[in-house]
Amino acid sequence: MVTETQVANSAGEPRVQATKWRTWKRFWRYPLSSIGVIGMVLLFAFCFVGPMIYHVSPTQGDFTALLQPPSAKHPLGTDDAGHDVLARMMVGGQASLEVGFLSAFVAMAFGTLYGMVSALAGGWVDIILMRIVDILLSIPSIFILLFLNATFKPNVGLMIFVLAATSWLGVSRIVRGEVLKIKNETYVEAALLAGVRTWRLMTKYLVPNFIGTVLVTTTFAVADSILSIAGLSFLGLGLPPPAPNWGADLSAAMNYIFQNAWWLIYPPGILILCSQLFVNFIGDGLRHALETRTD
Amino acid sequence: MLSYIVRRILQAIPSLIGISIITFILLHIVPGNPVRILLGQHYTPQRAAALAQSLGLNKPLYMQYLIWLWNILHGNLGYSYNYTEPVTYLIGHALPNTLSLVLIATIFAQLFAMLIGTVQAYFENSIADHIITVLNYFFYSMPSFWLGILMVMFFSIQLHWFPSGGVVNPQDPNPGFWDWLHHLVLPAATLTLVTLAGYSRYMRSSVRETLLMDYVRTARAKGLRESQVLWRHVLRNSILPQITLFGLSFPALFAGALFIEEIFNYPGMGLLYWNAVGTLDYPVLLGVTMFLGALTIIGNLLADILYSLVDPRISLESMS
Repeated sequence: MVTETQVANSAGEPRVQATKWRTWKRFWRYPLSSIGVIGMVLLFAFCFVGPMIYHVSPTQGDFTALLQPPSAKHPLGTDDAGHDVLARMMVGGQASLEVGFLSAFVAMAFGTLYGMVSALAGGWVDIILMRIVDILLSIPSIFILLFLNATFKPNVGLMIFVLAATSWLGVSRIVRGEVLKIKNETYVEAALLAGVRTWRLMTKYLVPNFIGTVLVTTTFAVADSILSIAGLSFLGLGLPPPAPNWGADLSAAMNYIFQNAWWLIYPPGILILCSQLFVNFIGDGLRHALETRTD
Repeated sequence: MLSYIVRRILQAIPSLIGISIITFILLHIVPGNPVRILLGQHYTPQRAAALAQSLGLNKPLYMQYLIWLWNILHGNLGYSYNYTEPVTYLIGHALPNTLSLVLIATIFAQLFAMLIGTVQAYFENSIADHIITVLNYFFYSMPSFWLGILMVMFFSIQLHWFPSGGVVNPQDPNPGFWDWLHHLVLPAATLTLVTLAGYSRYMRSSVRETLLMDYVRTARAKGLRESQVLWRHVLRNSILPQITLFGLSFPALFAGALFIEEIFNYPGMGLLYWNAVGTLDYPVLLGVTMFLGALTIIGNLLADILYSLVDPRISLESMS
């Protein structure tokens, strides 16, 4: 009689540890990874620590300086209502980063569960569940997001849910494929024979096999979410004012494009671009570290 | 071969029905009463009831759906609440603009991606490869709406080379092809640049893999010139995956077009949708979503069929 612990032990814990360590080293040896991680840390510091050091209100205008280019008093200039651009950029990133990361993680958790259920159930359930994914994937998500945003007028919590609702699709497909590959392996059959509960089978026996792939997908999903929030705010939706937001500020800057108000147009764009670049660097670093292991 | 095509077409039908059901459910579970919005300050309960009746909003949901589906099959997507025009008429006007934008951008993006990806893979780890990789990251991460604004700033406002928006010059009584093209340059260039990076990354890795194939070595061994090896053996085989990629990138292209249309005030499907969102113009929202979903499915279908036509291995596998 094989017990569950014996099955788990036969997987060989020390080897798993060694592989983790090697993956970790490979991640850091990839030059883009460190640029991405350092950049992301700096971006978080800018948004969350910055306002503690730079005590200028992002929502109270300085009426003596309307639409001014950068100066000693306002290092990044002011907008049409005299708001300090630097302060707005710092606070404007907070919600984007929070929602971007959280919604990606919610989406990945749900997508992973959905994909596993689909693969384990098999048969008609699998076909129908995957058909739903195919159908949803064929509608551009920004159209659904726009629609949901216009009708629900979301706060941060709802925004996380709405973004997650449109970004779990890809990962559910990937996870389903991975589970189908390992479903009939001997150790999974052994675990089933030993009477492992479904939840434990999923978390202890299946997930560790594809957690790397899910992690890479999650990282890129973070970039997509941040871009979606910025895009929705740019289109006049997303999180409601007066809280500043990169996308909304960029959209407002478009009104002064003919006055060549470059100090309003560059900062939000550069910050969105940087958030995308750094997250993509980290994602590629992870992919590099995890994929070469399977070669 | 024919049976494969027929089977793929039949598979697309449940997906199309699924899209219509999902968009219909989505649009009806949300708060916000279109009757109230339509009437605005003229709202009275009597008027609301009369309008709901005339729009068919008082019938049960499944009846509304079946009526709508029946109408679709007769080429009728309903009337816009806002413009009092048939939705098909609005889509008919917006679609050519979006399609020309998306298709021109895709063609250019694919052509440049093939060139760039091949150069990168052929001269792997050269300085050129590294510079292009950096540029690729840059444009891959670039938000389309910011790039659009930068385009307007430089090429329209500072250099006066191209108009900043619209499709025709309103002062020109007889705008011709060149005027149309002149207006299309900036939006199309923006969409090309943001989609190019993704395509060329795939192209690079696909050429890299092909270069390692035995038949490439054989081609070189039998003394073909390097240009012939590249054209006849490497490029032809590396292009194949791009066809599938093109089919899969439809949703992303329409999403990109949405932002670009808004920035350049370009009257396509994206701008139509964006305007309808603000007023909860249900028939337009439903029509455009359904239409783009259907286009994506048809795009995937065409890409699959095209792939099977170009690559004989695929059709043989699926026939057996």
